[in-house]
Order: sequence, then structure tokens, then C-alpha cells
Amino acid sequence: MLAYILRRVLYAIPILIGVNLITFALFFIVNTPNDMARMHLGVKRVTPEAIEKWKQERGYDRPLLWNEKSAGVKRLTDTIFFEKSMKLFAFDFGPAEDRRDIGEEIGARMGPSLALAMPVFLVGLAVNITFALMMAFFRATYLDFWGVVLCVAMMSISTLFYIIGGQYVAAKLWNLVPISGYDGGLDAGRFVILPVLIGVVSGIGSGSRWYRTIFLEEMGRDYVRTARAKGLAESVVLFRHVLKNAMIPILTGAVVVIPLLFMGSLLTESFFGIPGLGSYTIDAIQAQDFAVVRSMVFIGSVLYIAGLLLTDLSYTLVDPRIRFD
Amino acid sequence: MRFVPVVLYTDALLWLLALGLAVYGWTCARRPHLAAPWRRVFQSRAALASGAVLAIFIVIGLADSLHLRRPPSIAEQSVLDLALGHLRERGEKTYSAPLATRLYAKEQVEAPGGKTVREYPRLRYGGSHLQDEADATRDIAWLALRGLLISAVAWGAMFLMIGRFMKRRSPQVPWGAAWVALAVALALAGPALSLSQHWHVLGTDKVGNDVLFQALKSIRTSLVIGTLTTLVLLPLGVALGIAAGYFKGWVDDVIQYAYTTLNSIPGVLLIAAAVLMMQVVIDRNPEWFATAAQRADFRLLILCAILGLTSWTGLARLLRGEALKLSQLEYIQAAHAFGVSNARILGRHILPNVAHIVIIAMVMDFSGLVLAEAVLSYVGVGVDPATTSFGTMINAARLEMGREPIVWWSLAAAFFFMFVLVLAANLFADAVRDGFDPRVRVGGLVTA
Repeated sequence: MLAYILRRVLYAIPILIGVNLITFALFFIVNTPNDMARMHLGVKRVTPEAIEKWKQERGYDRPLLWNEKSAGVKRLTDTIFFEKSMKLFAFDFGPAEDRRDIGEEIGARMGPSLALAMPVFLVGLAVNITFALMMAFFRATYLDFWGVVLCVAMMSISTLFYIIGGQYVAAKLWNLVPISGYDGGLDAGRFVILPVLIGVVSGIGSGSRWYRTIFLEEMGRDYVRTARAKGLAESVVLFRHVLKNAMIPILTGAVVVIPLLFMGSLLTESFFGIPGLGSYTIDAIQAQDFAVVRSMVFIGSVLYIAGLLLTDLSYTLVDPRIRFD
Repeated sequence: MRFVPVVLYTDALLWLLALGLAVYGWTCARRPHLAAPWRRVFQSRAALASGAVLAIFIVIGLADSLHLRRPPSIAEQSVLDLALGHLRERGEKTYSAPLATRLYAKEQVEAPGGKTVREYPRLRYGGSHLQDEADATRDIAWLALRGLLISAVAWGAMFLMIGRFMKRRSPQVPWGAAWVALAVALALAGPALSLSQHWHVLGTDKVGNDVLFQALKSIRTSLVIGTLTTLVLLPLGVALGIAAGYFKGWVDDVIQYAYTTLNSIPGVLLIAAAVLMMQVVIDRNPEWFATAAQRADFRLLILCAILGLTSWTGLARLLRGEALKLSQLEYIQAAHAFGVSNARILGRHILPNVAHIVIIAMVMDFSGLVLAEAVLSYVGVGVDPATTSFGTMINAARLEMGREPIVWWSLAAAFFFMFVLVLAANLFADAVRDGFDPRVRVGGLVTA
């Protein structure tokens, strides 16, 4: 088991280097530091001196990949690629465009992101599985048919509609909750409840339909026929046997996203003014702050790989037949 | 009046795609084994109704993709622009509610006595043909009724002309569903078009543009994103996925590494980074584009390419597994033993056997891409702000949510059109999947 985990972690390294190379190519080769300086300083009337000064302040005045002027190891390390991309491996993100430290900012914003993303994930999973089980239980009846129709309709509605509509009705029309904002501690609940609700509702359509397919596929298997043949009630078959066996496909989809919950939700956070990592990323994209985008790409990749590993490990928990040794 | 046709990149590609689909349909019709899954698809009522709705959207989108220029002016206009010229040209000053006669905001207006008063001024075009505003309701009802009658006549004529012919040609297809969908669409379109002669049916936006016209223009953007992206995604996903599964070994390792790496970058961030970079390139080379429309068009094309480049991984993984499975089958082993070349095995045996997956993936992706466009445009990495799209409409209208009374019509129009398009696409995709997926037939698995 330990050897397996170690092997997977080692396998992650080339992938992360690949991620870094892609972002590096995007950020520094397609769009050279000179272009970045020109864009941040305004396209017109920029003197070469101003560009040089901007680059120097941010450490972009070095060569990209290979420094001819230095000696020894410094030829590799005294470059933009090493300074800006490889240092991410040590989780050293450097300062953002507004000179604040990205690492500190990320640490401070993780809490609010989790306070929103965690309930959405847990409640959403519970609600979707419940609906899917109900549809599977009443399969091939009108209840199932209209449930699927409702799911397809809900899938076809843009997330933006759920957010804007929910915000308007609950916060503005009925004055139940504040429209946007955030507060630490227990007070956070007041601000988070509406975005959580919206997050759950907007996921019901695709989620419960997906789980319903999984349950139905599982119900076509032989063990289900055996269970029915020995006289078990349909509800027992469904909850005792099908639900347990459907855990593997459910886990594949669910566990992978758990680490990514840290990244927060881009849309909901920025609409509700929650100071999490999602709104941080959106602000960075809109301000074209590449240092932040680069860091978030890296963190996202690390978390995704961690999710894949967690998924594999969780298989051993639900299915003792699976072993990695 | 002279016309100079203008071909934008996305126009050409969209029409090529339509042509390709026509050729595919023609081939299918002549080969029974290709036509069989489609016959299954079109046995479902949902497929026929949603197909009819999609066809209407496609016709609007294609009409909006024939651009031309009238020589004195250098701006491109599409056939749709010309057909709905009255909607495009009759701009108001700012917001006005649907079917309103007066502006949304108060203005200084000169009263008859020479004094100025603050009031809601009459619209320049909306309901301006009326002497007395009290007649508005009667006029609207009359115009709507007229539109409805014209629609009914058009529908009836079509039904009489081709309805029985189609029924006789393929009696097992439930044509009724398509006719009902068409009737509903015409019942909405007729009154809307009739009213639009004198009114702003869905109101006007901040700079006074007709919202109905914008919604119709947005359809083309959605279609471009939903289809051209798959055009980029398909060759990559198919070639790499099959190659990985068929050749195995180091090819498989390299391709698997490539898609794991791409996959591990959060999608929105990768797209955002790529779009921001392209934006810099576009800004740096303004001489590439003669007009603003060409620049917006180029950006739209680049957005499709980026979306395609970042989302081929799912299809590749699916096809890799399938190719892995197929390459173990006896008939492929036999082909190997007979010394058939790899290229021939891939072309003759593997590719036709994964075609159903490709078709399913293509129709399934469409609705997701249409929805993604709105989100990306909100984040600021979507289409060019000058391009009319559902995303830009929502984005502009969102800022006015705080106003009292609320400006709801732009949002409602964008969401309604998007919902209908995506719902039709989803229903159609489901029917296609049910028709093409062999598991559904063999195992009797119910996966509606």
C-alpha cells in the first residue's frame, strides 16, 4: 500500500512539470514579459525605460530558460522559468500584482471557500442520491418519467440563471438573507445558506440523472435477480444491495472533487461576494494578474492529482477485493 | 444596389459543417446499415420535436452566417440583419420595457407651453404609430392576432403540402411531434414578428437596441461555439484516443501523459489563461483585421479552438478504452495475421466501430458548450464584447439587477432562448444516444 502511494506520488512529478511547462509556455513565450509590461502600464505611450523598470521590479528581466551570463548551476536557476515556475513546487508563490503575498492570501481565503463548497458537496451528494434512488425505485412509472423530464429541464438551465434568480427572489424580494458579503465565525451561516442552496439545486438535474443511470445499470446485474428470487422486498434490494454496490461508480465521481473543494466555486463566490479562492481567481483573471493565475493553476493540478490518488485509495475501503499490493 | 459577399472564418466553417452534415445524411440514406441507428433515433417523439426546434435555430444561425457588404459602407451585414433590418435600425435612447410606449428613465422634455418637465418620454419607434397611447392594448392584440393568423395559414399550407408526403414516405416516424413543435414555434414567432413592425417585443437594452434582435443574433454565436469546438475536438480526440488504445506501448504512455497533464489543470483556468494570451496577441496585431466584425469573428474562432484543445481528453480516454478492447477481438487479430497494414485496420475496422461513440460525444457536447459560453463570457474570457451572445447579454443585464423597477427583459430573453436551445439539444442528444448505444439494444437497459 505504502509502495503504491509512493509510486503514485512520484508519477505526479512529471505531470506537474508538464503543467508548469504548459503554463510557462502560455505566460512567457506566447506573451513575453515585454508584452505583459506594456499591457499593465497601458498600451500607448510606454517608454522602454518604464518597461525595463516594471520587469526589474517583478523579476522578469532575466532570460527565459537559460542564462548565458551566469556560471554553474546559476545558468539554470537564474532564469524566469526557475524563479517563477519551479519555485511553485516549494509552494513559494511570490507576490501578486498588488505586492501582497499570494501564499498568505490563499491561506486566508481557503476558509470561506470551504465554508461554501463543503456543504454544497455534502448536501448535494445526499440530495442527488436520494432523488436517484427514488427514481430507480419507481422506475418505469410516471413518477420516474417525469423525474427524468424534470432533471433534463433543470440541466438545461444556465447556472447563471439559478444564481441571479435565487439572489433576486430570496435576497431582494423576500429579504430572507443578505444579498452578498461574508463574515467569519458562526455569522457565516447567514451569508452562506443561499449560495449553498443554489449550488445544490443547480446540481440536482445532472447529478440525480447520473446516479439514476448508475443504479439502473447496477439493478440489471445477477446478484439483484438472486436477491429478488430469494424473496427480498424491493426496498431491501435497493438499499441493502444496489446502494452498496453502486458505491464504486459513485465514489469515482465524488472523491475526485473533494480536494478541489479548496479551490472554491468561481461563479457563486464572485456573485455573492464571498472572499474565497474562487473569487480571488476571477479577480485575478479580470485584472490579468498572471502570478495569481499561475499559482492557482498549480494548486488546482496538485489537488486534482491528490483527488485521483484518494479515489483509488477509497476503492479499497468500499470494496475489500481491490488491493494494490 | 450592389452587394459584395464577405466570408468570415466562422461563416465558412459553419457552412462547410452544414454541407458535411448534408453529405453524411445523403450517404446514410443510401446505406441501410448507416441509416439504421438514425431510424431508431427518429422513432422517438422527443427526438422529432427537439429536432424540429433545433432545425429552426440552425436556419436562423445559418441565415446569420451569410455576410455581405454594401459598397459605400465597410460594415458586414448578414442576411438575417437585412431581413430584420427594421429591428436593427430602430434603436431607442436607452431601456424600455417590452411593448412599452415610453422610455424606462425620466428625461427633461419640452412641454407645449415652452416649459420643460421631467417625465417618461415617448419612444421613438415603439408604438409611435399610435396617436393615443390608450389604443396600445387594442393595437397589440390586433397585431398579435394577425401574426397568429399568418402563422396558422403558413403552418396549414406546409402541413397540406408536405405532411402527407412525409407520412407516406416513412410511416413509422412519429411526424406529429415535429408538427406540434413547429406549430408552437410558429405560434410564438408569428405574433412576435408581426408586433415587431411597430413595437419592441422584448424591450430595449441600455443603449436602446432591440432585445429580440439581440437574442436572435446570439443564436449564431451559440451554434458556432457548440459545433466548431467539436470540429477541433474530434480529430484530436479520435486520432489520439485510437492511437493510444491501438498501438499501446510508448505511444499510449505519451498520449496518456498528455491528457492526464491537460486534465489536471482546472478547465476554466486553462481556458482563461489561453484566451488572455490570445487577446494579447490580437491586441498586438491590429493590422490583421480590417473591421471590428472580423476581429470579433477571429476571437470567436480562437475561443472555439481553445475550448476544443482543452476538452478532447474525455473523448480520447473513452476511445482509448474502446480501441484497447477492439484490438483484442478475433477479427482484428485475424486481420493482423493476414498482414493487413495498421492504417487499413484502423480505417476499415477500428474507426467504423467507434463511430457511434464519436457521434454520441458530438451531440452530447453541444449543450454543455452553449452553457459554458455564458459562464466564460461572465468571467471575461468568452467571446469578444462586440459579439452578441447570450453570455454578453446576461453580463450586461446583470449589472442592472439593482435598479428599481427591475430591468428584467434582457435577462429573461437570454435565459429563455438559451433554455430552449439547450433543452432541445439535450433531448435530441438523449435520443441519439439511445439510438446509437449498442448496450441499450442488446441488454434492454433503460437509460432514458
